[in-house]
Amino acid sequence: MNQTQILVIGRHPEILQTVVRLVNNNPEWKGTGCLTDQEAISVFDQQVFDLVLLGAGIDESSEDSLCAHFKARKPDIKIVQHYGGGSGLLSAEIYEALKSNQL
Amino acid sequence: MAQTILHKAETRGHANHGWLSSYQSFSFANYYNPERMQFGALRVLNDDTVDAGMGFGKHPHDNMEIISIPLEGDLEHKDSMNNVAVIKNGDIQAMSAGTGIYHSEYNNDRASQVKFLQIWIYPNKRNVEPRYDQLTLNLADRHNKLQQVLSPNPDDAGVWIHQDAWFHLGKFDKGIDTEYTIKKQGNGVYTFVLNGQLEINGQVLNTRDALGIWDTDQFKITALTDAEFLLIDVPMVF
Repeated sequence: MNQTQILVIGRHPEILQTVVRLVNNNPEWKGTGCLTDQEAISVFDQQVFDLVLLGAGIDESSEDSLCAHFKARKPDIKIVQHYGGGSGLLSAEIYEALKSNQL
Repeated sequence: MAQTILHKAETRGHANHGWLSSYQSFSFANYYNPERMQFGALRVLNDDTVDAGMGFGKHPHDNMEIISIPLEGDLEHKDSMNNVAVIKNGDIQAMSAGTGIYHSEYNNDRASQVKFLQIWIYPNKRNVEPRYDQLTLNLADRHNKLQQVLSPNPDDAGVWIHQDAWFHLGKFDKGIDTEYTIKKQGNGVYTFVLNGQLEINGQVLNTRDALGIWDTDQFKITALTDAEFLLIDVPMVF
């Protein structure tokens, strides 16, 4: 089975862990979590991702530079700002993101 | 010309977890309906019933304005900002999750259910400092008039959140009507009937029905029976 690869970036370790756990509850999705920009860029350059979720605590300049890097490497990558923190919004947010690129 | 969308009560999503019965106006958890994602900045309106002695264990939130309105019973709230409080019918609680919080909500009553509305509004600013606010409202202030219970302004009536949103509650006797003027250009209003029957813009709404209305400045609300309702005035684009 081809799993949808999802990179989750957030600054809050417990929330990041929760989001990744919830992503991985869906057998069709595989989540990878990163706390820092450097870690996210390194992981992104080594794996093929379908979707990036930008979680809480990432400042605007980091978001801009992360998006620029990801788009440069993979122009069709879908990137969305994640709201809610691993809550009841997550699944619908991912389904919607996979339908259309929002950033 | 005003645009409207009608959400009949029976078309909402429903999750029954045994201890929790949740009717969901918009996609939430396992309920996914692409046609029901949000009404402007209003993303979640869950109509929850929690069994006696049960509740939501510690769980995280971030970047969301979360409002709880108890309808019956008491709900104990604890969070990672060291807030411990009980919210009861007549109260309203607002929480800005911002950079991240943990909280739990329990019905500590061993005999009675708790019924409450859980409402989530997208914030107008990401990564704010988490905050918590709670207020006891005067129920008489909504009898045959609209009572503002939430706004974007800390100095205004009700609790406040990080969004250009206003909530009003009304408890109208049969035959009472009022004109509601939308608070900000570009906002729309989602009217949720708690009980009774209302007419808005020629549309009859029954208990737990909702009507979204936008592209208008004001609209008339008429109570066809004794009725209680919530108006959620939110930006349609944010």
